[in-house]
Amino acid sequence: MIQVSDLTKTYGLRKAIDGLNFEARQGEILGFLGPNGAGKTTTMRILTGYMPPSSGAATIAGFDVVNDSIEVRKRVGYLPETVPLYTDMTVFDYLKFMADLRHLPQASSTVNETLEMVGLLDRADGFIGNLSKGMRQRVGLAQALLHRPEVLILDEPTIGLDPAQIIEVRNVIREVGRERTVLLSTHILPEAQQLCDRILIINKGKIVVEDTPDNLQARLSGAEHAHLKVGSGATGLAEKIAKIKGVKAVNQVEADSLEFDYEPGQDVRPEVARLVIQSNLDLLELRAINLSLEEIFLQLTREESGAAKKVE
Amino acid sequence: MRNIWTIAKRELKQYFTSPVAYIVAFLILLILGIIFVLNMTALNSSPFGYQSAPDVRMVISPLAFLFLLATPALTMRLVAEEVRMGTMELMMTAPVRDHEFIIGKWLGAFLFILALVAVTLVYPFMLNQLITPGIDQMLMLSGYLGVILLAAVFLSIGVSFSAIFGNQIVAFFGTLVFLIIMWWLVGAPANILPSGGEIFSYIDLNSHFYNEFANGIISLGGLVYYLSLTLAGLIIGTTAVEMRRWK
Ligand SMILES: Nc1ncnc2c1ncn2[C@@H]1O[C@H](COP(=O)(O)OP(=O)(O)OP(=O)(O)O)[C@@H](O)[C@H]1O
Ligand SMILES: [Mg+2]
Repeated sequence: MIQVSDLTKTYGLRKAIDGLNFEARQGEILGFLGPNGAGKTTTMRILTGYMPPSSGAATIAGFDVVNDSIEVRKRVGYLPETVPLYTDMTVFDYLKFMADLRHLPQASSTVNETLEMVGLLDRADGFIGNLSKGMRQRVGLAQALLHRPEVLILDEPTIGLDPAQIIEVRNVIREVGRERTVLLSTHILPEAQQLCDRILIINKGKIVVEDTPDNLQARLSGAEHAHLKVGSGATGLAEKIAKIKGVKAVNQVEADSLEFDYEPGQDVRPEVARLVIQSNLDLLELRAINLSLEEIFLQLTREESGAAKKVE
Repeated sequence: MRNIWTIAKRELKQYFTSPVAYIVAFLILLILGIIFVLNMTALNSSPFGYQSAPDVRMVISPLAFLFLLATPALTMRLVAEEVRMGTMELMMTAPVRDHEFIIGKWLGAFLFILALVAVTLVYPFMLNQLITPGIDQMLMLSGYLGVILLAAVFLSIGVSFSAIFGNQIVAFFGTLVFLIIMWWLVGAPANILPSGGEIFSYIDLNSHFYNEFANGIISLGGLVYYLSLTLAGLIIGTTAVEMRRWK
């Protein structure tokens, strides 16, 4: 549904995105993940026809985003990062205006249905300027959904919302994403993990990794990690554990607890347990830790910038 | 076509809720009223009676000039406000072509000016009651046509400045200065040069108006000139929007 090839955008000398290649299939929710300045917004702006790329091409539903921009725009619903709205209009008037620009038949009833979807029907006659950030976000989302587009492009749709609203907005996205293609950007990894079928991690304008949330977690764990807690002071224990074959690193977290990494497939935990007992200490806790997606993300983007530095 | 109308409608509504638009309309009507009253009293107290019959020129000439001063205030926000609020991103990713956007903006302002023009008709109407044998209908028609054509030009230049600069204050002063130059200075060489100056008076904004439309002449040259200027303003405005995408 979305096809991106060698997409590059340069601002002056800085490459905001650098040779992006990816695709989003029909009915897929694709997560676009990356630190600040990674190029997420830039990519989305190119896909929505806001600006042309410096080089490369992209198509949506088979239409080129530059040459058939209007056809693309008809099929895309877009929630920009800044959620631009006419603050001096009422919610209803604003959405009616956008619906008219899309030539929707029965615009008024469509607007009301969409307001219902995002839970804002009771604020239809209120001025947008008087709405809270979260409500504005939902007006923006309603605007993107008005024409029930084949493709939804949402730039950080849950930013600035309270936890209850985050859950609501995620439910709306999940609901509409069932048969539509959704490209959403976020900094929030659990969000990507919960919502997305596939995650694309981008850093400094380049794709670092592209996979399903589950695979990402499994593939990138690298080493196995475990957490150990003993009854009283664990002095000297760290050195002894480090000597066990297969242990890669030991890290004293607190006086009575430490964490260690070991080679995958070489479970050293029984041996560590024995060691603790032999040292006359009480074993309180010994458990494996899964590297969270956050940590994977940081690891990946840090490695990337480290590598970039070496090149410089 | 439909998008132009949708955008124009929103813009027109905007004017009817905007204090700036009301102040502009009020001032124009007030000044016209003062001029009207002064003219009529001067006329009645003249010892020679009706030495020159008053006509609609006393309304349309000041009106043209008042529009020159007022339209920059009406057009400055048309695109600049969208840039400031970030709604430009909305408009530029909606299925609306850049020229539809600009023409819609212009049309909204033009319809507001037409409404204002309609209100000023009360002065010729009063004049018609006060003098015998009534006002010159042809003069009235051509004069008002001239005013409307000029307004179309002013507004299209205003909307293009708003799109070029994307800043209300700069758009306001830019438009005002540009219009003043076009109104007074461009024609100046015609009066100074011994010969060959006619060309300057031809591209002068006011010459077609004062020499033709305000004298009861609907000239094809003037019509073409003003319509081409309007079109040029709209094309420049559209280009400015396109350029924004490449920034
Ligand atoms: N209009 C612009 N002019 C110049 N540089 C820009 C412009 N917009 C973005 N950039 C630069 O392009 C790079 C990518 O920016 P972009 O906004 O796409 O990042 P992002 O991934 O959306 O970041 P964030 O998570 O903060 O929203 C940044 O280095 C940014 O400074
Ligand atoms: Mg961004």
